[in-house]
Amino acid sequence: MNPVNYLYLASLLFAIGATGVLIRRNAIVVFMCIELMLNACNLALVAFSRMHGNLDGQIIAFFTMVVAAAEVVVGLAIIVSLFRSRHSASVDDASLMKL
Amino acid sequence: MSATAVHSLWTTDGLSASDGLWAHGGLWAAAAEPVAKIDSPQIEYSLIAPTLIVIGAAVLGILVEAFVPRRSRYYVQLFLSVVALVSAFAAVVALAADGRGTTESGIAAMGALAVDGPALFLQGTILLAGLVSVFTFAERRLDPEAHGNRVDSFAAQAASVPGSESEQAAVKAGFTTTEVFPLALFAIGGMLVFPAANDLLTLFIALEVFSLPLYLLCALARRKRLMSQEAAVKYFLLGAFSSAFLLFGIALLYGYAGTVSYAGIADVVDGTVQNVTPALAGTMGNDALLLVGAALILMGLLFKVGAVPFHMWTPDVYQGAPTPVTGFMAAATKVAAFGALLRLLYVVLPGLRWDWRPVMWGVAIVTMLLGAIVAITQTDIKRLLAYSSIAHAGFILAGVIATTPDGISSVLFYLLAYSFVTIGAFAVVTLVRDAGGEATHLSKWAGLGRRSPLVAAVFAVFLLAFAGIPLTSGFAGKFAVFKAAAEGGAGALVVVGVISSAIAAFFYIRVIVLMFFSEPKPEGPTVAVPSPLTMTAIGVGVAVTLVLGLAPQYFLDLANQAGVFVR
Repeated sequence: MNPVNYLYLASLLFAIGATGVLIRRNAIVVFMCIELMLNACNLALVAFSRMHGNLDGQIIAFFTMVVAAAEVVVGLAIIVSLFRSRHSASVDDASLMKL
Repeated sequence: MSATAVHSLWTTDGLSASDGLWAHGGLWAAAAEPVAKIDSPQIEYSLIAPTLIVIGAAVLGILVEAFVPRRSRYYVQLFLSVVALVSAFAAVVALAADGRGTTESGIAAMGALAVDGPALFLQGTILLAGLVSVFTFAERRLDPEAHGNRVDSFAAQAASVPGSESEQAAVKAGFTTTEVFPLALFAIGGMLVFPAANDLLTLFIALEVFSLPLYLLCALARRKRLMSQEAAVKYFLLGAFSSAFLLFGIALLYGYAGTVSYAGIADVVDGTVQNVTPALAGTMGNDALLLVGAALILMGLLFKVGAVPFHMWTPDVYQGAPTPVTGFMAAATKVAAFGALLRLLYVVLPGLRWDWRPVMWGVAIVTMLLGAIVAITQTDIKRLLAYSSIAHAGFILAGVIATTPDGISSVLFYLLAYSFVTIGAFAVVTLVRDAGGEATHLSKWAGLGRRSPLVAAVFAVFLLAFAGIPLTSGFAGKFAVFKAAAEGGAGALVVVGVISSAIAAFFYIRVIVLMFFSEPKPEGPTVAVPSPLTMTAIGVGVAVTLVLGLAPQYFLDLANQAGVFVR
C-alpha cells in the first residue's frame, strides 16, 4: 500500500483533533483531542520514516510517546485540581479573568 | 556463532534472498544497504556543561524533597539552586572565554546542540534571569506570618482544595511548596537547550522540558488560588495545543528533507543536495511540505513568544500565575523562544526568507499595535504588563525580520535588557499589598508615590525603560532593533514600531502620573518591606536598566561578537 495514504490519514486525524480542541468544552476531552493530534504526528513521522528509509522519524515517535506521557501527568494533575475546587471541568466555567 | 556470521545476516546477501518480498517496494530500496556498525555517540560534556549542571541540580532537588526533613528543605533547595545557577553561569563564561562563542564555535553532542555566540549569550542571559527569579521565588517576608511560620508566594499544599480544611491544616502545619525550586531548575534547563537546539527533535524536547514545569508553577499561588488554577489550565491546554502544531510541522519538515538536523534541512531548502533518490522525489523537495511545515513550526514558536494572533493566553496566565513565576516566565521564556526562533529562521530557513518575511511583517505589525492599544484599556497592573510584553514581542520581531547580522545582535541585546526590567517590575508588583494579597488593581496604585516614594520611583524607572525613554536600557534596545530593521529593508515596520511605542508610552506614563500626582486613598494598599532577596532582584533590575541605558557600548559589542550562528 502506498505510504502516502498514511499521511492523508495522519492529516485527517490531526484535523479531527484540532477541531475537537476548538469545539469541545470539557477540559479532559480537549486534552484527549490534543493527544489525538500528537498521535497523528507520530503516524506522519513513521510514514515519512518508511518513505525515506531512515530511522529518524521512528526515533522521534518514541520521544513523542514519552513527552505525551509526561504531558498526561502534568495535565491531569492540573485539570483534577481545577475540578476538585470547582466541581466542573468545563473550560467555559473557568472565566474568572475575562474582561 | 561468530560476529561476522551474525553480521552477514544483514548484508546485501541476506536481503537478496528475500528480494522477491521487497521487489515491489521501490521505496524500501533506500534502506536495503548493509547496516553499518553503530558507533557509540560522542558527547562533548564540557561544551554542554551549563545545561548538565542545571538539570543535575534539578534531579538532586527532587532527591532533597524525598530525603531532607521538611524544616530544612527550603534552605537546602535555595542553596542548591543558587549554587547550580551560578556555577552554570561560570561554565558559560568559561566557554565564551575559550572563544566558543566566536572563533571556536561548533556543534556538540552528535549534532544535537550548537555551541555558538547566540546560544552562549542567551544561555548566560537565561541563567542570570533565572538566578534573580529564584531570589523572588524564595521571598518569605511579604505575607504576614501564618501560625508563626514564614510563608512565600506559593500554596502550602498544592493538592488541597482551596478553602478546605485540609488546606487550613497544611497552612497551620507550616507546609511550603519547596518543589518550586527543582521545577524552576528543570524549566531553566530546558530553556538553556531551546536556543541551542540544532535539530528539530531537540527543539521539541527542550520546548516540552521547559513548558511542563511552567504549567505546574502557574497553578501554585498561595492567594487567589482559583485564578491561579484557571491560569494553569488555560496555559496548559493552549500550550499543549501549540506544541502539537509544532510537532506536526516537525513531521512535515522531516518528510520534506529526510533529516531533522538544521544544516541538513537548510541544504535541501537551498537545493544544494546532489543525489536525491528517485524514490524520494515525491516528498523530498516538495514545496507544499516545506511551506506548511515551516508555518506550523513558526506557529508553535510564536505562541511561546506571545505574538499576535497566538497571544490569547498571555494576559490570563500572567494575571493568574504567582507574580514571581510571572516575572520568570515573562523574561526567561521570551529569551529562550526568541533564541530558537532566530536560529530556525536564520539557519534552517534563510533560503525561504522571501516567503516568511511578509508573514512575519504582518505578525510584527499586528503584535506591536494590538499589544499597545489593548494595554490602554487595562485596569489590572499584571494584565497591563502582559499586554506590554506582547507589544515588546512585536518590537523584537522587527529585529528578527532584519535578516542581517545586526538583526541577530540587536535582538540579543534587547532580550538582555528586557528580561531584567521585566523581573524587576513584577518584583515591585509583589510588594504593593492589601488584605487580599497583592493589590493589582490600578486604582489602588493611586498616590503610591506619596506613601512610599522609593518603590514608586523604582517602578517608574522600569516603566520608563519599557517605554523606551533615553538613558534607560529600553531606549538602547529599541534603537538597536529599529536600526537593524531599517537597514534590513523594513523601514515601514520601523514607522509602525515608533507609532506603537508612542501609544505604549501613553499608558506607561499614565501609571506614573497615577502614582505621583493623585491623592492616596485612605484604605489604600501598604508596601511590604522585603527581605534582601527581593531587594537584590529589584536592585539588579535597576542597575541593569541604568547601565545598559547609560553605557550600552560594551554590551552592544558583546552582542555583536556573539551574533553569528554556526551551521
